[in-house]
Amino acid sequence: MSDLLAARDRLVGLARLAAATRGAEAPELGALRADALASFADGGLPTTSHEEWRYTSLAGFSRLAFELAPAEAPPSRNQVEAIAAPFFACSAYVFVDGRFTPELSSPSTLADGVRVDRLGAAVPPDFGSLVNVKQHPFAALNTALFEDVAVVSVPADAVAEQPIHLVFVSTGAGPPRASFPRVLIEAGRGSRALVIQDHVSLGAGPRLTAAVSEARVAENASLELVLLQRESDETFHFGSQQVRLARDARFASRTLTLGGALVRNDLAALLAAPGAECHLDGLFLGSGERLVDNHTLVDHAEPHCTSRELYKGILADRSRGVFRGRIVVRPDAQKTDAQQSNANVLLGSGAEIDTKPQLEIWADDVRCSHGASIGRLDEDALFYLRSRGIGEAAARDLLTRGFAAEVLERIGSEPLAEALGDLLLERLTGEKP
Amino acid sequence: MSDALIEIRGLHARAGEAEILRGVDLVIRPGEVHAIMGPNGSGKSTLAGVLAGRPAFEVTAGEVRFDGKNLLELAPEERARAGLFLAFQYPVEIPGVGNNYFLKAALNAIRSHRGQEPLDAMEFLGLVREKAKLVEMPDDLMGRSVNEGFSGGEKKRNEVLQMLLLEPRFAVLDETDSGLDIDALRIVAGGVNALRGPDRAMLVITHYQRLLDYIVPDFVHVLSEGRIVHSGGKELAHELEAKGYGWLAKEPPAGGARA
Repeated sequence: MSDLLAARDRLVGLARLAAATRGAEAPELGALRADALASFADGGLPTTSHEEWRYTSLAGFSRLAFELAPAEAPPSRNQVEAIAAPFFACSAYVFVDGRFTPELSSPSTLADGVRVDRLGAAVPPDFGSLVNVKQHPFAALNTALFEDVAVVSVPADAVAEQPIHLVFVSTGAGPPRASFPRVLIEAGRGSRALVIQDHVSLGAGPRLTAAVSEARVAENASLELVLLQRESDETFHFGSQQVRLARDARFASRTLTLGGALVRNDLAALLAAPGAECHLDGLFLGSGERLVDNHTLVDHAEPHCTSRELYKGILADRSRGVFRGRIVVRPDAQKTDAQQSNANVLLGSGAEIDTKPQLEIWADDVRCSHGASIGRLDEDALFYLRSRGIGEAAARDLLTRGFAAEVLERIGSEPLAEALGDLLLERLTGEKP
Repeated sequence: MSDALIEIRGLHARAGEAEILRGVDLVIRPGEVHAIMGPNGSGKSTLAGVLAGRPAFEVTAGEVRFDGKNLLELAPEERARAGLFLAFQYPVEIPGVGNNYFLKAALNAIRSHRGQEPLDAMEFLGLVREKAKLVEMPDDLMGRSVNEGFSGGEKKRNEVLQMLLLEPRFAVLDETDSGLDIDALRIVAGGVNALRGPDRAMLVITHYQRLLDYIVPDFVHVLSEGRIVHSGGKELAHELEAKGYGWLAKEPPAGGARA
């Protein structure tokens, strides 16, 4: 407990230091930051007696004294390309320790008027409005500390043909370092885009990544957001993604967690108008003693909305997984159609998963279902593959990839799904497939 | 017996606590097709499983030599690479693993063991199309997950397709005919017959004489209570169809496997 208090004080100190050294900002941003910092200082870091943090202890995290990354020469293009590979033949925008690095990035303006840039002097009036800094301490910390905001704006009826790749690189080699990636996506009415939010690390040493993404999907727009977490196994990653869907909007989230000592994701989708449809899919891989904790919330606020959710966990060695999927159906949200499923395969005898659906249904004319499963690789399938000459290790990899396929297949770009499947196996086996 | 491809001596095996095989003796030479018939629970599928190395079965006594090697000390994948193939009675569905991908992985594992280069995607597709034609396997099944959502007949055809691709020296067909209508049976048998040759041998396990009209065996054996109790030529199958298995129980065990 005293460690948590001391860690909070250190982090508040970092935020004050950042505020003192930061150049002039828009006044509304200053107010937002001050409010967030006050929330963080008040609430502090949660203990495991907090229901939302029951399975995720911050004890190890709280013993580390993080520093802000100094502004130094950015890594070379080759270094970034090597760790952010494969660049799926798309436009890449690189943020080094939370700072936009134009010399490593594609041009800001893409075809059809799609723009990717850092947030400038003009702050959109609703910036930060989807982020509840009182509920999410690390989102509060991010708000107090972020440097650049990656802003993706897709104009009305525009179609981003290529995926937009946002690469967040954390760097350093030595004392623990913190970075605060921030993303804002505005998907205009009737538009279509696929954004990859990719977190990677360069160099060794403990890291804190506290990331926040905020996305608004306008009427009849379609946005797919792939969150790829593949940082080093010394990284503590706290990610918050808040999405608001307008009438007939479609949003698909694919969260792929492959790295990190401790990863905690809070993803919330607000179905704010009739006809909206969201798909939340996740694939998380645990190995060693890593912990991956996924908290999701689907908020059905209006009638005739659909949500589908599939999270799959692969837990090797002595790793731990947590899945908590909350679905709220508000009194007005009649004709809601919600499905949630969480399936886990335990590869290691010391691996664990805690899975908990939480349905809060206040309307009466709805269809809601949920299911969870925990198992091991199918022994019959393993024998079948081996009886055809496939070695045991290769057969296990094939079955593991088969387990993951259900999530990967949903990704709207086949080469991307293939590449992600390869990355998964590479993380699992330590070899390139 | 040095020319035997497979030689089974005094084989005992159990599943859990239950002893199922109680002394099986059988010798099969290259070019021969043997059929094993017998009532439910006689140990037919256990014998097939033991030969392929299914982990659920434990061999408690006896030996099996395959091409002169001790088969029982080989892992299932090593048996397959050495040229043994089991067509499963109940082929396993594997969601998320593409049928083509699986077939290519299996074929290249076996080719690599034989010292052959792996086939590239184009060569593989050419070969698989040619073999698929033999068992009238629809193209769309090749792109789907292994056996997932296949009908009973499609699963069995997929087994025979795998056999045709992998070209084993010794194939065990475990009730490959069960649940097939007459057209599917003809297709499956056609595939099996396409692989027959002087260097290969087959062990056809079946419940019904009908299959043996299409895959004509050189020898027929009756398995009962974990032992081969009677052996004969192909006409034995017809005799069994007419008279059932009851009359055999009254005769002493055949002892040697060869007719």
